[in-house]
Amino acid sequence: MRRVILALAVTAAAMVLLLSYKTAAQKADPPAALTNTQKTGTPAPTASSSTSSGTSSGGSKSGNKTVTGDSVDTRWGPVQVQVTESGGKITDVKAVVYPNGNPRDEEINAQALPVLRQEALAAQSAQIDMVSGATVTSQGYLSSLQSALDKLNGA
Amino acid sequence: MAHDLRRVEQVMGLPITIAVRSGEGQAGLVDEVYGWLRWVDATFSTYKKDSDISRIERGELAAEKAHPMVRTVLRQAAALAQSTHGYFDLRAGGRLDPSGYVKGWAVQMASDLLLARGAYDHCVNAGGDIRACGTTAVPGTDRRRPWRIAIQDPWRQDLLRWVVSGDDLAVATSGTYARGAHVLDPHTGRPAADLASVTVVGPDLAPADAYATAALAMGERAYDWLAELDGFESAVIDARGRTWQSAGWPCHDEPVRLLEGVRP
Repeated sequence: MRRVILALAVTAAAMVLLLSYKTAAQKADPPAALTNTQKTGTPAPTASSSTSSGTSSGGSKSGNKTVTGDSVDTRWGPVQVQVTESGGKITDVKAVVYPNGNPRDEEINAQALPVLRQEALAAQSAQIDMVSGATVTSQGYLSSLQSALDKLNGA
Repeated sequence: MAHDLRRVEQVMGLPITIAVRSGEGQAGLVDEVYGWLRWVDATFSTYKKDSDISRIERGELAAEKAHPMVRTVLRQAAALAQSTHGYFDLRAGGRLDPSGYVKGWAVQMASDLLLARGAYDHCVNAGGDIRACGTTAVPGTDRRRPWRIAIQDPWRQDLLRWVVSGDDLAVATSGTYARGAHVLDPHTGRPAADLASVTVVGPDLAPADAYATAALAMGERAYDWLAELDGFESAVIDARGRTWQSAGWPCHDEPVRLLEGVRP
């Protein structure tokens, strides 16, 4: 059990590092993200063609595809998730916009982001349509993730 | 191949997902359903000062003069307070707050609306409380594809404890884990701490959600009460991690599943 907890802690730490690295380049994004929010209501199939700013940054020649989900407002601020697909399988999930205003946010990120990644990677293998739980923290992330997945599927 | 339609909007402070399989031409209907959910929010919100609920609480609106839907909800919620021996309490926080019933009820109504308007194969998820309806045939086979709903572990979101599936299903989970012990035992006023997670599965999300919340407040006493519920099955994870399932719990072949991406 202890080993599992340690492994999780390491994953969380790695995610936080990754995220802090992203933060600097990130600052300018929220306005664009907020514009995206308007599109939250767009049906998934058409959303893929109307995605803005750098959503298909993965090298298409290598078969990688990167899409960015809608920005979803949470009580801690907007979150926006990016998914990378390779050969029909999701290979990575990260947050490109997330609340980072205070230590409490950092704490939430450290907890929610690894979880988000795992949920995404698992959802495709476990063939789960929805997850029932009392979580509030990661729902915003899940929503943005879902819209990213929709764009992948609708493309 | 048929397109599935899946949307997420933020309503009632929650991201609400509506998925419609083979949902071509249903976008307008989904708009309507979100419109319904926003109307519910505006009418039942305890935060919005001009909602019917806020006006009733301030004494500016008599309950019997409120919108007919408000009267329906207050009546149904009062009946649930009785059938849960007061553990589902409209005034648990000291003021009128039917939101513990409204969410499940509104989602059930949303599902009924989708059904009535021809979107037979759909799933609505409001912050983990889910209503799923219908099945789509798997292309090229005789098999049909039910909705598969996973119930997550209270402590580790990378762990799915059960998977239930069906084509006429409501799944509600209440837990002490997401926001700390936010459910109070109305008889003692103290936070309920015996149980970490209660999931109730049945045909109607409105009572299922209220039952899950009430059972959480009941603590250890919930087992006998849940076992007696007619038409609803339940699964509990207590604060020490032990699990309990009612006799008819509809999950037989699904083991505890570890999500990919977690290294041992």
